[in-house]
Amino acid sequence: MAAIEKILLDQTELLRFITAGSVDDGKSTLIGRLLHDSKSIFEDQLSSITNTTHRRGMEGVDLSLLTDGLQAEREQGITIDVAYRYFATPKRKFIIADTPGHEQYTRNMVTGASTANLAVILIDARKGVLTQSRRHAYLASLVGIPHLVVAVNKMDLVDYSQSVFDEICRDFSVFAERLNLQHVDFIPISALQGDMVVERGDRLNWYKGITLMDLLENVSISHDINRQDFRFPVQWVCRPHTEKLHDFRGYMGRIESGAIQTGDAVTVLPSGLNSRIKEIVLYEGLVNEAEAPQSITLTIEDHLDISRGDVLVKTGDLPQVTKVFDAMLCWLSEQPLDPARKYLIKHATRVVKAVVSRIDYRVDVNTMDHQASDNLTMNDIAHVNIKVQQPLVCDDYQRNRATGCFIVIDESSNNTVGAGMICAVV
Amino acid sequence: MSNRPFTHLDALESESIHIMREVAAECANPVLLFSGGKDSIVLLRLAEKAFRPCRFPFPLMHIDTEHNFPEVIEFRDHRARELGERLIVRSMEDSIKKGRVVLRSETQSRNPFQSVTLLDAIAEFSFDACIGGARRDEEKARAKERIFSFRDEFGQWDPKNQRPELWDLYNTRTHPGENIRVFPISNWTELDVWEYIAREKLEVPSIYFAHERDVVRRETGLLPVSHLVQPGSNERAEKMTVRFRTVGDMSCTCPVASNAATVEAIIAETAMTRITERGATRMDDQTSEASMELRKKEGYF
Repeated sequence: MAAIEKILLDQTELLRFITAGSVDDGKSTLIGRLLHDSKSIFEDQLSSITNTTHRRGMEGVDLSLLTDGLQAEREQGITIDVAYRYFATPKRKFIIADTPGHEQYTRNMVTGASTANLAVILIDARKGVLTQSRRHAYLASLVGIPHLVVAVNKMDLVDYSQSVFDEICRDFSVFAERLNLQHVDFIPISALQGDMVVERGDRLNWYKGITLMDLLENVSISHDINRQDFRFPVQWVCRPHTEKLHDFRGYMGRIESGAIQTGDAVTVLPSGLNSRIKEIVLYEGLVNEAEAPQSITLTIEDHLDISRGDVLVKTGDLPQVTKVFDAMLCWLSEQPLDPARKYLIKHATRVVKAVVSRIDYRVDVNTMDHQASDNLTMNDIAHVNIKVQQPLVCDDYQRNRATGCFIVIDESSNNTVGAGMICAVV
Repeated sequence: MSNRPFTHLDALESESIHIMREVAAECANPVLLFSGGKDSIVLLRLAEKAFRPCRFPFPLMHIDTEHNFPEVIEFRDHRARELGERLIVRSMEDSIKKGRVVLRSETQSRNPFQSVTLLDAIAEFSFDACIGGARRDEEKARAKERIFSFRDEFGQWDPKNQRPELWDLYNTRTHPGENIRVFPISNWTELDVWEYIAREKLEVPSIYFAHERDVVRRETGLLPVSHLVQPGSNERAEKMTVRFRTVGDMSCTCPVASNAATVEAIIAETAMTRITERGATRMDDQTSEASMELRKKEGYF
């Protein structure tokens, strides 16, 4: 936290990332190293883990203890899915979604990845590209994480060998060609010794690229959101009914993608009625333009019947409006999918009844092979066809994450049982 | 927007406003918990941004331990009046009178018992969602808690049985008797909160700023001298310049030595501080490594 002046200037961006890998890959050590070397660990935390390290008969500080779990987890030997960690440098504020590596990996990683700009996939330099590395890469591409960093860890245990690193990069690249990944970077690191994480160290001089922290601080994230297609799902309609604002009708929501200006022609979906933007209202006052992901209030020129669940878009740049679509569905519940049952789907600000009308195939997340299947159990990922009772206003997930994603809710338990990504409108 | 970059505070603010609007739209009878502390002060500004020019679609509520700092209670009432929003106060004293809370002594910390009064108030008003100002960076039990966190009929949190939370699609459905705790500033840190207070020029209770106060030194930290805390036979009261980083029960909320008299000075101090907020100021979180987790399971916020 050296440059407080910079922090005070309030010019830092927010980057969310996920770390994929098991404890054996040194994931906890890596997170501990990022927190420690960016001076984000507090004295009382450090003294607590130093004590624990010594109590367990080890020397120094075991940084992996920083991400040690809850009492419930320790007692029962279970891991509770996602924990969130925070640290900041003068350039950026970071949110790490830390997911445990072993059990229920698919469910946890999909959850953590759903909001991430970037994924760090850890590979043990001694072991090379394993089945789980392929699984992590596949899931990152499925969820559409824009940036992937392959961190080849434990370089200290392979004598910081360039040829070991090069071979892992080659292996991974061959596999990654089959995936829809936008940017992949490779970095050799030793989380334990600190090489190439925050500091370069002096044992990897053959590597000319940047450190992991440099990458996290500088990777461009401004285009992670779709900047083209204006999509504004209405969350809440504001009608103050005061004397001064007798006729005020504000449509409140967050711009999920694209941008809008006063005077722009808009279409309300699913009704298809047209109007123009009259005002863009912020708490601070009126503005002429706004863009994703701002939360704003809109008023329009005409008196239309608009309510929560409707979506405002720019006339001439329309999304799909459909009751039938194909999706990749990740099943999250211990209770298997019952194709005979109706579920609820929450998509943008709309909740509708839905049925899974067809399971086309299940994906083996280790090999990416397709398998025939007539049911889905926890951690399964499948290509399915879904029918909904009322039309949804949606885009393909790969084009627009915010309007392409949905969750499946079991109406009797109220649990979230599935997560879906729309891939084609039928 | 184009003349100013979209900063991390803008991103956090927009996320929090989105969460508040989801609660208002999908929950039948929500309430916002307002204590007069800095985190709930931020919540109120976010609610203004989410709902003005309309009134808030929920009342404010404070669970008063009656061990609060008088400056904070004064501020609470002043802020609610200024906003023109309805403030409900439910007092732990009533729970004590009814025999719902039994204390060992008048001066013991009341934090652990807030849950009883809170649960009674939830039942009294049939609230189905309580919006609170907890943050994930406060404590490791919080780090694993969802933004929409479900409580059973006994108000209990089951860390093993949380709903997956994907994208920003929040599942707000509850069975009768259950309720949700919603934490719109889950992803904010202590520093973010102070930066936001500075940016929005928010008023905070005076005890957050450096002031002179009589304190006693105990093993766990400094304690403010009050009718609840008196120096023991081998202790003495000292006058020190201190400020509070959290405002809670007077019997267990420790101030830190500080000369920070402005929000900017607090930000500079927070950016450099080497001790976590709860580690420095809450004796009740230090009693065991898992104490927050245990209290949460019992229905604590």
